Amino acid sequence: MAHTHQFCTFYLANICFGLDVKKVQEVIRYQSITRVPLAPPAVRGLINLRGQIVPAIDLRQCLDISESDPTYQKSSMAWRNSSTSNLFNYFFPSLEQLPLNAIVQANDEVISLLVDEVGEVLEISECSFEPPPQTLKGKARELIQGAYKLNDRLLLILDTEKVFEVSKRSD
Amino acid sequence: MDEDIKAFLADNYENLGHIERDLVDLEQNPTDKDLLVRIYRSLHTIKGNCGFMAFGKLEALTHAGENLLSRVRDKELILNIEIINTLLQLVDTIHQSCICINATGEESDSDYSELIQRLNDLQHTAYEDKHLIIALNSENVADSLSTPPSVPSNYTQIPNLTKPSIYDNQTKNGKVNSKEAPTPLAAAQTVPSIRVDINLLDKLINLVGELVLVRNQILQFDSIQDRAGFEAASQNLNRVTTELQEAVMKTRMQPISTIWSKFPRAIRDMAIASGKQVQVEIEGEDTELDKTIIEAIKDPLTHIIRNCIDHGIEMPDVRKLSGKPESGQVRLYAFHESGYVNIEIIDDGAGIDPERLKNKALSLGLITGEQFNHLSDGEAINLIFLPGFSTADKVTCLSGRGIGMDVVKTNIEKVGGVVEISSQRKLGTVFKLKIPLTLAIIPALIVTSAGDRYAIPQMSLAELVRLEGEQAKRGIEYIHKAPVYRLRGKLLPLVYLNRELQLENKEQKSNLQSLDEVVNIVVVVQANTPFGLVVDSIDDTQEIVVKPLGKLLKDTPGFAGATILGDGRVALILDVRSIAQRSGVFSEAQTKARLEQEGASQQQTDDGREMLLLFEGLPKSRMAIPLSMVLRLEEIPITAVEKVGDLTIVQYCDRILPLIDLASVFSPQPLSCTKKKGATTRTNNSHSSLLENQLLQMIVVSCSNGQTVGLAVSRILDIVMEKLTFTAATSRPGVNAIAVIKGQVTEILDLEALNQWISN
Repeated sequence: MAHTHQFCTFYLANICFGLDVKKVQEVIRYQSITRVPLAPPAVRGLINLRGQIVPAIDLRQCLDISESDPTYQKSSMAWRNSSTSNLFNYFFPSLEQLPLNAIVQANDEVISLLVDEVGEVLEISECSFEPPPQTLKGKARELIQGAYKLNDRLLLILDTEKVFEVSKRSD
Repeated sequence: MDEDIKAFLADNYENLGHIERDLVDLEQNPTDKDLLVRIYRSLHTIKGNCGFMAFGKLEALTHAGENLLSRVRDKELILNIEIINTLLQLVDTIHQSCICINATGEESDSDYSELIQRLNDLQHTAYEDKHLIIALNSENVADSLSTPPSVPSNYTQIPNLTKPSIYDNQTKNGKVNSKEAPTPLAAAQTVPSIRVDINLLDKLINLVGELVLVRNQILQFDSIQDRAGFEAASQNLNRVTTELQEAVMKTRMQPISTIWSKFPRAIRDMAIASGKQVQVEIEGEDTELDKTIIEAIKDPLTHIIRNCIDHGIEMPDVRKLSGKPESGQVRLYAFHESGYVNIEIIDDGAGIDPERLKNKALSLGLITGEQFNHLSDGEAINLIFLPGFSTADKVTCLSGRGIGMDVVKTNIEKVGGVVEISSQRKLGTVFKLKIPLTLAIIPALIVTSAGDRYAIPQMSLAELVRLEGEQAKRGIEYIHKAPVYRLRGKLLPLVYLNRELQLENKEQKSNLQSLDEVVNIVVVVQANTPFGLVVDSIDDTQEIVVKPLGKLLKDTPGFAGATILGDGRVALILDVRSIAQRSGVFSEAQTKARLEQEGASQQQTDDGREMLLLFEGLPKSRMAIPLSMVLRLEEIPITAVEKVGDLTIVQYCDRILPLIDLASVFSPQPLSCTKKKGATTRTNNSHSSLLENQLLQMIVVSCSNGQTVGLAVSRILDIVMEKLTFTAATSRPGVNAIAVIKGQVTEILDLEALNQWISN
């Protein structure tokens, strides 16, 4: 039997991403963020994680996802199958906008990745993995290790160490 | 005494105590392997320590004991009463020797060979003498002990102190009561101490830090929801947290003598090596500092002292020529002051020649020609802190103090401290170090800029200035593009925090500010240079817990760390030094030159003008006192005013502050009435006057005798700089003079007289 891996899935601009489940410490709801002036642009600010001060990373910035890009329109709810939550979001649109914090370990430090929504933990067989194509360029190429071919979509795997390094850059 | 010996003795006393206790326990449970191993280990430690300290005789003695024990441990020897007795005797002998070392620093002269011989003999003989092996718990113990066969009198060197009591106990009860038996030898000698893993201590401090934060959070709720029970509980939490914080901090505190005690010797050696004569004077060596800070300042201090001897103190003949005593003096002072430790290193040597420093800096290309012309002497001396100034190429023997001084400065600043240097040619040099007691929890001022709160460590704060109305509009002037404010007649360069942090685009606050007509300036001092940080509002002072920013933000300039405020939000701690560097305050030598040398005579300027606090003591009655006497202006609720006997008091900063209600003092009724009557007058008046308004304006002043009193006034008006032109002499008691200030007749109060009056 082929090896399997467990991934914690989340959505960002309607793309499904996966993080190695061992790297994910916890997922918490939106925390107020204190911005850090003069910090690298990918660092949105600092949050208070039960007394620990943790930098919050804007993954959109890391991955060069711009809000206006039509590919990433937020309107589609294709994978969000919980209708109640949709209704909830309909009545409280502002809450829906607030990102969640995926607290991950990277480079011996704890960082928070700001994501739109968190999915389930998937156990996937190794054989459905493929590295990214040559046409993938830019910062995303560094961050995305590859994709798992799921039935209805692709699960893009993020390298947390790389996320840490990319968000440290000041450009 | 030598630190090492102290540590050695403390260690030995501790181990001896353990051995003694365990030996007595072992007597009860002769088969307990763990006890035996423990004794062995303790003895082994003592032996190792003796070897390390080169106490050869003690080492040989302990070695013999160890041999004996190891045979017992390896079951080659069966434990008997004789072995225990001899081992106890060994403990006593080591202890005695330690006392001797404590007194003289040397091993005692006593001869241990007999005891060693005995220990060695026991190793071989005891096995054969099976009849001596007794079941120690049986009643036989008493019999065998009552006729002590094993301990000839000449071996028991100090048995009278301890053993008889044990044995008496034994003969009576047949058993040793292990609770009574261990004579607290160690406890009698040293204050009992335990050593705690530094990591554990760090963890404790972190936890206390958390507790402080929770406390702050709870206290904030307290002010919102006013429930009696909750209030009491949170007050209790406040107290417990504060005490716990102090206690845990204390565990890390060490007296500065841990590093200072080595200096006299080092100075002596250095002086001899350089052919100079130096006397050392040390004061305040029991001043305590956090262990980590002690370690951080050790090298900088040594460096400064070396410079004092090397470059400061002149050769004896030079000193004689300039009329100074041949032997120079280096004085070390340490004292606590408002949460910081001040260390002063003063020498009466040649001082620093600013001209030479300037020339050298110019030749090294560290300053420009223009700067050269504008640098004041005070600034020139600070050149020695410039990196690169400290080259192997000495400036001269006289003024080459720059060697490694930038390292000294960086190291001190790393622990949040500041170094100041002042020097007078031919008279000497003073190094002043101001160092926080601890790094973990610091007092800070919370300010808001562009919607975010920032903490400024109290350390770098000088004062706060608030400009309102007209002042706000016109107070800030520009030298081309650089904003400045005239602070007591000197130009203070201003730095807009929001602009410096590149935040103004987001909030457009800089425009709003002019509309608000309020400008808050936080005057901070960095490297003797004050500058004003303009912030949107000044919130509060708080004790904050410093947390690191982590690797991700380690290269981000401007911040020294972060903290969590009472509402759970994160606030960044400003690094004043980095802000100053970024904004270029340091390079503004021109502005700086004018700001230099604001001495103690800040308020009393040359032309006889004086800073005065103007207020209305009684409605419509203008009064003033010198600002130098004013500690703070406060607004207190009427309910805080209490009465004790004839005195009106308020509780202020954990102290009782006598309150002088000016309205009653200068009441229309004459004050010349008797004391009793005066008191009643006061009471009545203070009631009527105090009840009128809910908030009471109070000026906290300090009198010349060091006492602090509060003045209750009806309104605080202004601070003015005036040359006093007296127009009339005293009109009534408590008034020093009458002057015209800003066109209005104003009474200058005589605080001493007022204070006298209230204390009578």
